[in-house]
Amino acid sequence: MSSKNNIWKVITASSVGTLIEWYDFYIFGSLSTIISQKFFPDTNPTAALLATLATFAAGFIVRPFGALVFGRLGDLIGRKYTFLLTLVLMGGATFLIGLVPSYATIGGWAPFLVLLLRLLQGLALGGEYGGAATYVAEHAPANRRGYYTSWIQTTATLGLFLSLGVILTIRRVVGVEEFTNGNGWRYPFLLSIVLVIVSIFIRLKMNESPLFAKLKSEGKTSTNPLKESFGNKANFKMVLLALFGATMGQGVIWYTGQFYAQSFILTKCFVEYEQANTIILIALALATPFFVVFGGLSDKIGRRNIMLLGMLLGVLLYRPIFQQLYNVADASKKMIVREVAANDGSGAITTSYTDGSILKTITKPKTEGKNEVTKTMILDPANKWKMVFLIALMVLFVTMVYGPVAAFLVELFPTRIRYTSMSLPYHIGNGVFGGLVPFIATLVTTIPGTNHLSGLWYPIGVASLCFIIGLLYLSNKPDENLQD
Amino acid sequence: MNQLKRTLGLLWILIGIVSIVILITGAIFNIDLHGKADINKPIPWVIIITIFTPIAIGLMVFGWYAWKDEYKIQ
Repeated sequence: MSSKNNIWKVITASSVGTLIEWYDFYIFGSLSTIISQKFFPDTNPTAALLATLATFAAGFIVRPFGALVFGRLGDLIGRKYTFLLTLVLMGGATFLIGLVPSYATIGGWAPFLVLLLRLLQGLALGGEYGGAATYVAEHAPANRRGYYTSWIQTTATLGLFLSLGVILTIRRVVGVEEFTNGNGWRYPFLLSIVLVIVSIFIRLKMNESPLFAKLKSEGKTSTNPLKESFGNKANFKMVLLALFGATMGQGVIWYTGQFYAQSFILTKCFVEYEQANTIILIALALATPFFVVFGGLSDKIGRRNIMLLGMLLGVLLYRPIFQQLYNVADASKKMIVREVAANDGSGAITTSYTDGSILKTITKPKTEGKNEVTKTMILDPANKWKMVFLIALMVLFVTMVYGPVAAFLVELFPTRIRYTSMSLPYHIGNGVFGGLVPFIATLVTTIPGTNHLSGLWYPIGVASLCFIIGLLYLSNKPDENLQD
Repeated sequence: MNQLKRTLGLLWILIGIVSIVILITGAIFNIDLHGKADINKPIPWVIIITIFTPIAIGLMVFGWYAWKDEYKIQ
């Protein structure tokens, strides 16, 4: 195994690249409303937003294919060059999204090109994570594998943190008007190329994983990793167990705690854009260190029980937590101090409440005789911090399920087909089950008779099933021997 | 414990089948070309059914393996 000094170089090289890949992937989601206006024009803004959400989902759906393509490559030619390739692909696609002319300039080519580049992003992400996790784990000592790989696990949350931070900073520097209606929204995409070049430079200096290098020197690498992973019953049944007993539940807990929470406070609680993202940023900053805490703890008390506890807490507490989030911003439960109507013809009414919150309501008549009402709530400090606490609590559940999962997956499969075997269940769990949480949960709330919490039944149901399967079929004892 | 794991294998097979049936009937009852809600649009249903059907089949295979004692602890 690597010396202590070397292992930190390995972790840095792997984590920085993975962090940048997550950053690249998230800025598209975070800017989906603007992207829908620029590339998916529609007279109905919801339809345009859905078109973007569909693209977003496509980005996630294509991830399992990326896992197969690059996982196979990683088991054939090595971890180092494969995750270098995914980095180049991701950085290039992200940079190009920032350059695509809008629909107003090139017409139908614009949405087509953006969709294509988004699919490439998904493909690259599908190959990146398995490589980084495997690379770190194959350098780490057995008794610290959970701890060292948990640094890779922080990158998914830090990538969101970085993307929101960059977006909010650029929005402030260039102004909201230039950011949304000018070219300001393109800068986070263009910035990616700088980050990627730095990361490629760092990764080029690294050596191949020692376990893979040994296997290669002995001529024992797999000749057909896909067949060995999924055509071999003994391995395939472990792939299924990893998916249904761990990653499926982990994926929905992750996406509910981070992304659905973000969407919920924006669209159901009407919290003002900048305040909502600041709340998310603070919550992520508070909870992120716990990825490492739970990763390290999994080396001592086992990985399964920590992951399952995170799932159970999500199953039991999501509805009360989301109800609290809703209550915090619910104007009908607040006492009005004063209500001021703007006299500029904008139809805006500003309502102040006793707790210090302010609600701005703009009513515009629509062509079909109905009014379109836009609400923006600015929370008072006490309620803002209550929201921060509730979201940080949900991110804490994420750290429990996500912190130990890389070590867990790595230990489940042999070196010769590890990259392929662990990548697929990870990306089906996270990309498909997790990535579709906002989409399916929103879809559920459109069913007649449902309410603002009904969408949660999807992640709760999936996490419950995964909890039972994990509890019954998985072992809590880490596999110390990776050299098989 | 091994007996429970084996018996629940049948439940996982059943859940896989029921999931596919629910998705298809959900699509049939909710897709409405004149409807304006998201749930009335065919594309989300096509995406979801295309993705989740192979996964549901995977759950059935997992259940089959469990029923055949493949996950038995010696």
